[in-house]
Amino acid sequence: MAAQDTSPAPEEVAAPTMAPHGTDYAAIAMRRERRNNLALVSPALLILVVGASGPLVVMLIYSFLAAGDYGGVVWEFSTQGWFQVFLQRDMFDDTIGFADAHLSIFWRSLSLAFITTVLCVIFGFPTAYFIATRPPEQRSLWLFLVTIPFWTNLLIRTYAIMEVIRNEGLVNTALMKAGLISQPIQMLYTDFAIMLGMTYVYLPLMVLPLYASMEKLDFRLVEASYDLYASRMNTLRRIILPLVKPGLIAGSILVFVPCLGAYVTPRVLGGGKRLMLGNLIELQFGQGRNWPLGAALSITLLLIVMVALLIYVRNASRQGGAHG
Amino acid sequence: MYRACEGVGKLQATVTQVQPGERAAARLGTGQGAVAIALKGVSKVFGSGADAFKAVDDVSVDIRQNEFFTLLGPSGCGKTTLLRLIAGFEHPTSGEIRLKGKDISPLPPFDRPVNTVFQSYALFPHMTVAQNIAFGLEMLRRPKSEVQETVDRMLKLVRMEQLANRRTSQISGGQQQRVALARALAPQPEVLLLDEPLSALDYKLRKEMQIELKRLQSETGITFIFVTHDQEEALTMSDRIAVMSEGNILQIGSPREIYDHPAQRFVADFIGESNFLKAEVVRPLDPGAEIRLPSGATLTAGVPEGMRPAGSVTVVVRPEHARVVADPAAGALRGRLTNIVYFGTDTHYHVELPQDGEFIVRMQNQRGSEASFETGDEVGIEIGDGAPQVLKD
Ligand SMILES: Nc1ncnc2c1ncn2[C@@H]1O[C@H](COP(=O)(O)OP(=O)(O)OP(=O)(O)O)[C@@H](O)[C@H]1O
Ligand SMILES: [Mg+2]
Repeated sequence: MAAQDTSPAPEEVAAPTMAPHGTDYAAIAMRRERRNNLALVSPALLILVVGASGPLVVMLIYSFLAAGDYGGVVWEFSTQGWFQVFLQRDMFDDTIGFADAHLSIFWRSLSLAFITTVLCVIFGFPTAYFIATRPPEQRSLWLFLVTIPFWTNLLIRTYAIMEVIRNEGLVNTALMKAGLISQPIQMLYTDFAIMLGMTYVYLPLMVLPLYASMEKLDFRLVEASYDLYASRMNTLRRIILPLVKPGLIAGSILVFVPCLGAYVTPRVLGGGKRLMLGNLIELQFGQGRNWPLGAALSITLLLIVMVALLIYVRNASRQGGAHG
Repeated sequence: MYRACEGVGKLQATVTQVQPGERAAARLGTGQGAVAIALKGVSKVFGSGADAFKAVDDVSVDIRQNEFFTLLGPSGCGKTTLLRLIAGFEHPTSGEIRLKGKDISPLPPFDRPVNTVFQSYALFPHMTVAQNIAFGLEMLRRPKSEVQETVDRMLKLVRMEQLANRRTSQISGGQQQRVALARALAPQPEVLLLDEPLSALDYKLRKEMQIELKRLQSETGITFIFVTHDQEEALTMSDRIAVMSEGNILQIGSPREIYDHPAQRFVADFIGESNFLKAEVVRPLDPGAEIRLPSGATLTAGVPEGMRPAGSVTVVVRPEHARVVADPAAGALRGRLTNIVYFGTDTHYHVELPQDGEFIVRMQNQRGSEASFETGDEVGIEIGDGAPQVLKD
């Protein structure tokens, strides 16, 4: 877009009309605008380069260094960090095998993030639809209610969930009082607890982009669909879903990516026993004292996210193409 | 799902290949007099309390099968709302809607054998033209081959074959309107609701589509309920016209009845041009009545059905039902010519009357009849016997 705006073609067209006395005001204005644009984006560029790429480069370098005995790194080239991401040397016979513990954590992270994303879609879609179909003056109130959790510290919210689902918590106490169960159900420190926590935390990130898409949806199209004999289910599948797909994709990315690297929620609700990638990485920089492995794991996480996104976006766009 | 289209197979056969005998048989079969849609005391109130608004007010009408029924009225009079009630997008606040004698109030829109050409087109932006047209048929689970065949036929009908694979966001407004029409026609509904379906087309295409619509109506047996702002379109296409105002139907009748015998001032004013005159009823005739104009002339006038006129009334005279004559004493009225407007096929004469204000006369131009009057002339106006129509208000 920007390239189009600043391409020389419009200058040539504009020049004769705008510069009757031979001075190319249009070209000057264009150049000035380009300079101004650069000046405007430079702070953002600076932050992006220094703030985002900088740490990434540091990570990349660290992952190829040797681990220091008391944490930190030793400045000598080593592939041990990357080796340990996927493989491990058997302590007794020195054979090389897969690092099962790491792989299972990768797998758990991926599946928990995926299921959480699906749960967020299941809960977020009707919520967004509900808000989008309210009268306009009520919508901001509902949006406000949805974003309330954002106003509270993540840790506090997570502990609140803990309070609800722990063995002596709200749910178990209520169920026992009602005589439905005699023993408390173990919910805390399970994958269920982690998913519940993450769904709760990230649901607004699904609702907001979905709502943004649905608000733009022309509900007369829904009527047209009904008029043409489409049931509610078919209308959802053939009309509404394809039209709100941008929101669905954005929401899914916004939920899936942070879930994959989640740290606080699995730490508190998983009780340190059910690790996710974020916890594994933290472990290497902390107790594990293996910074190169931590750095390699971080970059692996980044790569997984990028591959997942690529697959997702490609699938979504191909589906869009097939729909017409 | 209500079987919208039993017998559609038959109808399709008639669309593609019409044998005159067959068509007549089909028409007799459906029965000219049978009622397709019956509205009984239908009202629709939007909102409640202080800002309640009655968009449709106690409307009762029987629309016959295969009829071309037109709703005509100014913006905001409730035409779209009436269509939405029939389609099922709104529910009547009171009253009843019957389709072929069956109460359809409990049916959702997708179970009604009724299709709509929306005023806003409402085409699906993520689909191509062909996919839009196929949508209804797919939802009715028609076999693929039949869908394909019908879509091709519809594309041809609305002259969109070339653009079949365009996205609907990439075609012009008039083209969108044609796609909307094709999409609603494709499933061959019992009743087709058309909300100003031709308003975005240019004059030539509009005329062509009008003829196509009439042809479709006579060949398919579909009942057309048509909304338009365009009175000429209403007069030329309709079997019957309902003139609406503020949620009420003021008059229902054939185009000729509506034009020649408007019952109310609003109807006369809305359709065609009108001259309104005060008059006294001399005596009732059968049919009609004898009236006396303030100028003293007595004439026979038409009277709306069911009205027993007496005393002073308002009558309407269409501009083409009067003639300007040179002798002021010769006509029923006299006045001064203030303006002469030449229109090609005819000329409008504006005559200032002493009491009733301006009176417009429209006379056809004939070779040799040019320029016999000048502005400022004192002239007479001849009104044909039976030309005035007494109004209810
Ligand atoms: N959902 C609604 N809520 C409140 N009022 C409505 C609603 N829909 C329509 N109205 C009102 O009802 C009246 C009739 O509207 P309708 O759309 O039927 O008019 P129309 O005859 O189709 O007009 P036009 O020729 O401009 O399309 C209007 O005054 C409109 O403001
Ligand atoms: Mg309307």
